[in-house]
Amino acid sequence: MTEYNQAYMVSNPLAPCEVVEINPDNCTGCRLCIEVCRTDVLVPHPEAREVPIVLFPDECWFCGDCVAYCPEPDTIKMHVPITEKVGWKDKESGERFRLGMKNPPPPYTVPPIGWKNIKEK
Amino acid sequence: MSIFEAPLNEHTPPWPYKVDYDKVNELTADVLIIGGGTAGCHAAISARKKGADVLVIDKANVLTSGSGGSGVDHWHNACTNPVSGITPEDQVDTFQECRKGIATSEYGSRASHYITAMESWEALQDVEEWGIDIRDVNDDFVGADFRDEETKLMFAYDYDSKTVVRVQGAYIKKAMHDEMDRLGVKIKNRIMITSMLTEGGKIGGRVIGAAGFHLRTGEFYVIKAKATIVCTGTTTRLWVFSTELVGANSIHDDPNGVGDGNAIAYNAGAEFGQMEAGGRTVGGFRYFGYGTGNAHNTWFACTILDANGKEVPWVDRDGNEIKDVAGRYKTAPGQKMFYHGPPPHPYETQGPTLTHDLAERIESGEFVLPFYADLPGMPELERKAIFGLMVGNEGKTRHGVYEPYTNAGYDPNKHMMQANVLPPEEAGVHKPWWNGQGPPQWRETAFGGGGGLAYDWDCRSSLEGLYVAGNQMLGGGNHSQSASTGRYAGRRSADYALGVDHVDVKKSQLNDERERVYAPVKRKAGIGWKEFQAGLCRVMQDYCSTYKAEETLKIGLEWLESIKESEGQEVFARNPHELARIMEAFSRLTVGQMIMEASRARKASSKACDFERIDFPEVDPPEWDKYVIIKRGVNGEVEISDKPYDYWLKEPYASNYRENYDSHNGLDENTTRPKLEAAE
Repeated sequence: MTEYNQAYMVSNPLAPCEVVEINPDNCTGCRLCIEVCRTDVLVPHPEAREVPIVLFPDECWFCGDCVAYCPEPDTIKMHVPITEKVGWKDKESGERFRLGMKNPPPPYTVPPIGWKNIKEK
Repeated sequence: MSIFEAPLNEHTPPWPYKVDYDKVNELTADVLIIGGGTAGCHAAISARKKGADVLVIDKANVLTSGSGGSGVDHWHNACTNPVSGITPEDQVDTFQECRKGIATSEYGSRASHYITAMESWEALQDVEEWGIDIRDVNDDFVGADFRDEETKLMFAYDYDSKTVVRVQGAYIKKAMHDEMDRLGVKIKNRIMITSMLTEGGKIGGRVIGAAGFHLRTGEFYVIKAKATIVCTGTTTRLWVFSTELVGANSIHDDPNGVGDGNAIAYNAGAEFGQMEAGGRTVGGFRYFGYGTGNAHNTWFACTILDANGKEVPWVDRDGNEIKDVAGRYKTAPGQKMFYHGPPPHPYETQGPTLTHDLAERIESGEFVLPFYADLPGMPELERKAIFGLMVGNEGKTRHGVYEPYTNAGYDPNKHMMQANVLPPEEAGVHKPWWNGQGPPQWRETAFGGGGGLAYDWDCRSSLEGLYVAGNQMLGGGNHSQSASTGRYAGRRSADYALGVDHVDVKKSQLNDERERVYAPVKRKAGIGWKEFQAGLCRVMQDYCSTYKAEETLKIGLEWLESIKESEGQEVFARNPHELARIMEAFSRLTVGQMIMEASRARKASSKACDFERIDFPEVDPPEWDKYVIIKRGVNGEVEISDKPYDYWLKEPYASNYRENYDSHNGLDENTTRPKLEAAE
């Protein structure tokens, strides 16, 4: 039997989306994200230094504190669910864009005013 | 086999923290602060500066907890800043003049609003000392209309009265946390307080501490305190509960905001006012807060274009068109200040808005949906202030809006953010502009002007030893109000605590509480916390909607009680986390009962409370121009009374704010900011 024919009896996915995703290649297992989460969405992995487990994604408030406090760059990504994705248009050309669209325009790289990495604070 | 049993088998990973529900930990403090958000942190620091031994307890981590835990971008009510155009008296008088009758949270209740007007700027300077930039320190905005060149303060909304300060406060909680560490404030995270402890275990007795449990280990905590301050968040998700409706204020405020503090203070016998008040929820039509094109709040006063690029006019309070962008930030001739927000805002504080007849002009086809926020068309410094400063620093929007949008190519210099597509009658109206509006059955008290603990000029509740600050006060409000009243309540509770002794806790009160709290973990099956929580919401929707009447309120109260004694005795928890969610549902149930009891007591409708009694349709008759006060009597029975709206200016107090403030504020050499200026 090919692998994709193996189906499983599992509960429905909880929460509007995956909420946060942790890159296991960059995560050092410091667990700071677990400590700053306001609703314990993340819990420690039974193995020390392993990537935290997203146990209660349905309780995520999308506050982004786990992203703010993660000491490793590009390690925690907060996903915006489709229900929250917005649109905008170019004033000159009238071209419309959508957060999540295929082939998006290049990033706008100007940081917010007073932007400081938490490590500098 | 049910879905609840299915996951529990030999493959189910054990809880990652060591659990001991039988362990009892005892702590003591002069001042116990329940909830370490904005109010709790300011309270802790000022109580500590008075010399008190201070302990802060929080359900989350004080580093990031609370509604303002992810940052703040603008700070209200700084009436005493060096370039402010108004005095605290001006602000309170103006607000009261336009709200003869019922106070709403928008204006704060009267004493707390005066305290805030007096101390907001002081609290903001505290924050600056702790390392937060409250000025244009890097000269990013030189020459902007909203920048004062000498102080480098930057203002929002009303550039004439200059009381709302734009701040770069994304990491404000970390700054406060560091300051508490420096001063030796003790912090215990991940503990939920489930009850107040009272002298002799009696309802209405002096509050002598509190008890609760740890959200990870399940261990029990008993805290003996000489004084206790309730600094918990407002009650969210009392009418609407679904974990599929996402957070970040698109449907609800901080999920830890449950009203725990109000529930346990009510059970201890404290008095509450205006619990019947509330408002419609945003109905889940919102996107991430401040994340869609609009012209209000953070995005005030952005130019709005319709789908064809036609500009929606801005008008003054009399409906006259304002020609230039700068005019949108100016007061009307003779007006001391304005509050951003469109009609039906009171005329006295009505500021510039989009044209008042926008709904009709959409329906007539003159303006075509959707609308767009034309940041590219705004003056450069205004654009940078709205998106670069405010969206970049406001709680939640840095990582929920600024980062994902800009990573996906959104460029505020070129792109116009689309506004929510809403029915014409809602477009252009302040809240629904980016909210939408839920049905009459979907309500909230968070931003809807709900009630809270009645308090005196010491920020003390009706119970000895129990103080309150921030959102759980009668008429609690925004960040600056939480900071200011926290600062004040911290001093007053410390003054009290340093003059009294600890009182021993009655053993039976603790034993009863442990039996109640841990019952759900001793059950092997039953109903889950989500069903229990959603069930309460259903009762609130049906029996305590916008439209209320005696018979339905009575049935609603019966049902809440029935659920408490029936299904409430079947809920089960498989770990301390689930136990906390169950206990939160019990807190909400209590708050729901308070709201229904207060709603029964107000036998009149009220516009400002968004309160409609089908059986008493007369709106705000003069005899009901007062607070409904509820509390539990010594035997647990509900007791109803009332207080005048200006009870803070009646006997035994002085008849003006300043005199009361001066004689009660508790400022001393350790808590007064040195007046460094005195330039002459």
